[in-house]
Amino acid sequence: MDSRIYNLMEIIRPRVKEVGFSFYLLKKNKLTLAAFYVIVALFVLAILAPYIVPYPSHISDEANVANKLLPPSGEYLFGTDELGRDIFSRVIYGIRISLTTAILAVGLAIIIGVPLGAIAGTIGGWVDEVIMRITDIFLSFPPLLLAIAIVSIVGSSLNNAIIAIALSWWPWYTRLVRGQAVSLKERKFIQAAEAIGTSKWKIIFSHVVPNTISPVIVQASMDMGGVILTIASLSFLGLGAQAPTPEWGLMINTSRNYFLNAWWYSIFPGLAIFITVLAFNLLGDGFREIMDPKTRKR
Amino acid sequence: MISYIIRRLSLGIIVLLGVITITFTIARIIPSDPAAKWAGPRATQEQIQKAREHLGLDKPLIVQYWRYLKDCIKGDLGYSLRTHQPIKEELKAFIPATLELVIIAFIFATIIGIPLGIYSAKMKDQLLDHLSRLFSIGAVSLPTFWVGLFLQLIFYNKLELLPLGGQVSNEIKILYEIPRVTGMLLFDCILTSNWVVFFDALKHYILPCITIALYPIGLVARMTRSALLEVLNEDYIIAAKSYGLKDRKVLWVYALKNTLGSTAIVLTLSLGYTLVDTFLVEAIFSWPGLGNYVATAVTTLDYPAIIGVTIFSTACYVILNLVADIIIALDPRVRL
Repeated sequence: MDSRIYNLMEIIRPRVKEVGFSFYLLKKNKLTLAAFYVIVALFVLAILAPYIVPYPSHISDEANVANKLLPPSGEYLFGTDELGRDIFSRVIYGIRISLTTAILAVGLAIIIGVPLGAIAGTIGGWVDEVIMRITDIFLSFPPLLLAIAIVSIVGSSLNNAIIAIALSWWPWYTRLVRGQAVSLKERKFIQAAEAIGTSKWKIIFSHVVPNTISPVIVQASMDMGGVILTIASLSFLGLGAQAPTPEWGLMINTSRNYFLNAWWYSIFPGLAIFITVLAFNLLGDGFREIMDPKTRKR
Repeated sequence: MISYIIRRLSLGIIVLLGVITITFTIARIIPSDPAAKWAGPRATQEQIQKAREHLGLDKPLIVQYWRYLKDCIKGDLGYSLRTHQPIKEELKAFIPATLELVIIAFIFATIIGIPLGIYSAKMKDQLLDHLSRLFSIGAVSLPTFWVGLFLQLIFYNKLELLPLGGQVSNEIKILYEIPRVTGMLLFDCILTSNWVVFFDALKHYILPCITIALYPIGLVARMTRSALLEVLNEDYIIAAKSYGLKDRKVLWVYALKNTLGSTAIVLTLSLGYTLVDTFLVEAIFSWPGLGNYVATAVTTLDYPAIIGVTIFSTACYVILNLVADIIIALDPRVRL
């Protein structure tokens, strides 16, 4: 095996063990475990969406007006929308869109936030002060509002929504990683690395950052629910996904024109948002309880 | 203590300056020409140039920034591109309706959320606790705008009990004079003892208020529960119990006193989220508040209005955070 890959494996292995231990604790909490299975099922549905939905062509703006606004039936499980498209197919496809956009937004927030936090915590001094004051400023915007302002000015699209959400979410990771970095600084292996003259950058990126991975992953899984909700809200305001993308928030927004005679149009995408966000929040809540030594003891 | 408050205040000022700087940066990266937008679709080159001078866009960026900063501190948020009215005045007209919704939602959050959290902690791991925990997590997982639609569907469409949207019915609007003192309709009706309008408006308030209150109720219940559980494990509670004090007295007098601080903090902190949530709910219930103002601004690309609302809401949020921090500082356990 390439020694580089081997080194990488050596770095990853203990983290995998930690994650495995978390799952051991997870199993003891039934609600959390159920949420975990729901999330796995959602990912499977998202991956298999093109093969399992009954009308894969209905995710485009293909119109089939003869079948418009039909109530749920055996043929159309969740009914049809104003263009005669199968809402079931679109809702299932929507899982794909929500999960990918949320992962991208959280990933981008991590890419911005984690290095800044590691730098602030490791270097300290005025660098720390400046970075942390900037995070304070970003965190003082009410959630969603900064994203609304950015997207409405830069232009509405799903990509801009992802960037806007990342821009308003990264400070949480900076705060988290900074705290970790400050405590890591006291650890022997970092002090040893400093003593043999390893450069600050190398310490930050090959010693500090890898050691913050597991809390960051836990935090990311907790954030997924909130981010999915934010994307849906932006799309609902017309600031995220654009037609004909089968995005849940956008579907609810369109359904408002028809909802008094077609209840199914708004109900099912909303339920999809609720189930997905609830599953992630339950998982996050479980993680929080697992990590909090106070509740763990009890 | 005083030095702590001064330090927090100065941090708050730095944060507000930063917020203004960020919004200025966002407003300056717009691809379209605001002067052209101001002058209208069929403006001549001259008119656009005039608009540019009028808006100060011909000056160097740093001069523009300085002017923007001064205006913001004075509370002047510029002019709306759509109506050419000062945004400050427009906000004044729209804020009360939103504020009223938020206030009522928070009253709900306090009178429902806190008892729910207390009973949940008291009956830890029993049915009520599980239900209330599920409710709390469910409430924060619901897309608020969808809850609004759902409630409309049930109470307007199916049961025909409550109105669809707006603040008052059209008939009432024509037949009666709508009181306007503070801009908060229910409050104004009480002030002028205009009961016909009051009861009509009350019906219109029920659905939006419930929709908005769900999130803070869930949050407050969850926070009260976990704070109370922590306190109940402390030695002084065990001591109180071993003196033979009644469980009820221990819970409501001894334990509760030490959890209300953290509940108050959660309440203030959730206000930022609730405010933005209110924007979405207003769009559903055609409420004449800030949310509708933002929605119109978003569709007409009236970005000074969007920025104005952003700065205003953020300033409120920062001030509330300050208040929360000072509440924490008042707790003698933290002062140590």
